[in-house]
Amino acid sequence: MRLLISAALSTLAAGSSLAAEATISVDIPQLNVAEYHKPYVAMWVESADGSKITNLAVWYDVKHKDNEGTKWLKDMRQWWRRTGRELTMPADGLSSPTRAPGTHQLTFDAAAKPLNGLTPGSYQLVIEAAREVGGRELLRVPFEWPPKALATAQAKGESELGTVALKLTP
Amino acid sequence: MTKHLRLALIAASVSLLAVSAQAHRAWLLPSATVLSGADAWVTVDAAISNDLFYFEHHPLQLDNLSIMGPDGKAVTPENTAKGRFRSTFDVKLAEPGTYKVMVVNHGVFANYKLDGQNKRWRGKADQLATAIPANATDVKISETQGRVESFVTSGKPSTETLKPTGTDLEMVPVTHPNNLVAGEKATFRLMLDGQPASGVAVEVVPGGIRYRDKLNDSKVTTDESGTFSVTWPGPGYYWMSASVRDDKSKIKNAQRRSSYAVTVEVLPQ
Repeated sequence: MRLLISAALSTLAAGSSLAAEATISVDIPQLNVAEYHKPYVAMWVESADGSKITNLAVWYDVKHKDNEGTKWLKDMRQWWRRTGRELTMPADGLSSPTRAPGTHQLTFDAAAKPLNGLTPGSYQLVIEAAREVGGRELLRVPFEWPPKALATAQAKGESELGTVALKLTP
Repeated sequence: MTKHLRLALIAASVSLLAVSAQAHRAWLLPSATVLSGADAWVTVDAAISNDLFYFEHHPLQLDNLSIMGPDGKAVTPENTAKGRFRSTFDVKLAEPGTYKVMVVNHGVFANYKLDGQNKRWRGKADQLATAIPANATDVKISETQGRVESFVTSGKPSTETLKPTGTDLEMVPVTHPNNLVAGEKATFRLMLDGQPASGVAVEVVPGGIRYRDKLNDSKVTTDESGTFSVTWPGPGYYWMSASVRDDKSKIKNAQRRSSYAVTVEVLPQ
């Protein structure tokens, strides 16, 4: 029995070490403003020429009555133009509530949706934040897919976003 | 008053009219052109003014206002009102897609002599036959047609409303008019009676004139296919206009002046 369990555990461990993944860490800055609303944030992956878009996450006011939170989705104007206006919100596995200031981490399995749709090549992680009665900021983090070795890259925002870090595990 | 002086005064008043018709701009200004969400509305201001986009001269008459929805069907404007300097109305964007808001006016002007007196008349084409006395001489008739437009999109842009009607001067977007971004090139076509309008000068004027010294307008001429392109220098609302004069009026022996103006919004990168 003991042998069986350890065999099972080692299989699990082997499984996880084989599974490539992407971890995105997003810092939402604490702002000293009179009227603060948590920002709307969209994250997506763009092919080098911008022709292929893979949505990763959309944080918006999903709990607003009658889905009225969708009214401000267009304020993430780059995302709205690239892909947002083609989608129906809320969308399963994509949309979730806005997040408070702090560092938030998202992990995506390379073998599962949406990353399993990425063909090998050069990409950019794009993250766009828009805040009600506040500003807007967009950051890009270039990367190669799939990762051959552990890779990290990051970009730092100046107003609406703090550090956005991407960690790719082969 | 000598005859010469009187003629000179008439000439002056005619040319003044021509100048003022050129100087004033007719426009529709939507409160937003790119919208998201299920319950989207826009408020549209409509005015005739010198500076863009300020209410400082006359409200635009809305008698000939129409709105076409994404499915090609008419949408009824709501909360229509006329103020001292502007008209205004709301449009509920009940369905996703692109809406066209337009004011299309037709009119006829006539100058003629009766018993040695110069006379002027303005009205509609169907009144023309009875409006001018049979013994009038030196009859000069001009038909005027003016189309003022703007576009708004809720959700995903659609193209049904971009189709031309095939009459008079109009613009057919090649680049979608609600997909305009600063620094990018946009392409449009001018059509006259459904045919390419080539060699027509298009004036492009950015809004916000009050806060700068120069007009910053640009002129572009349509090619043989009626096509012209604009690379937007910055974000904001822009007014584009063009007009043609020809003798292709449906009214016998009349000149035609057909004009087109559109307001588009260019978003930042």
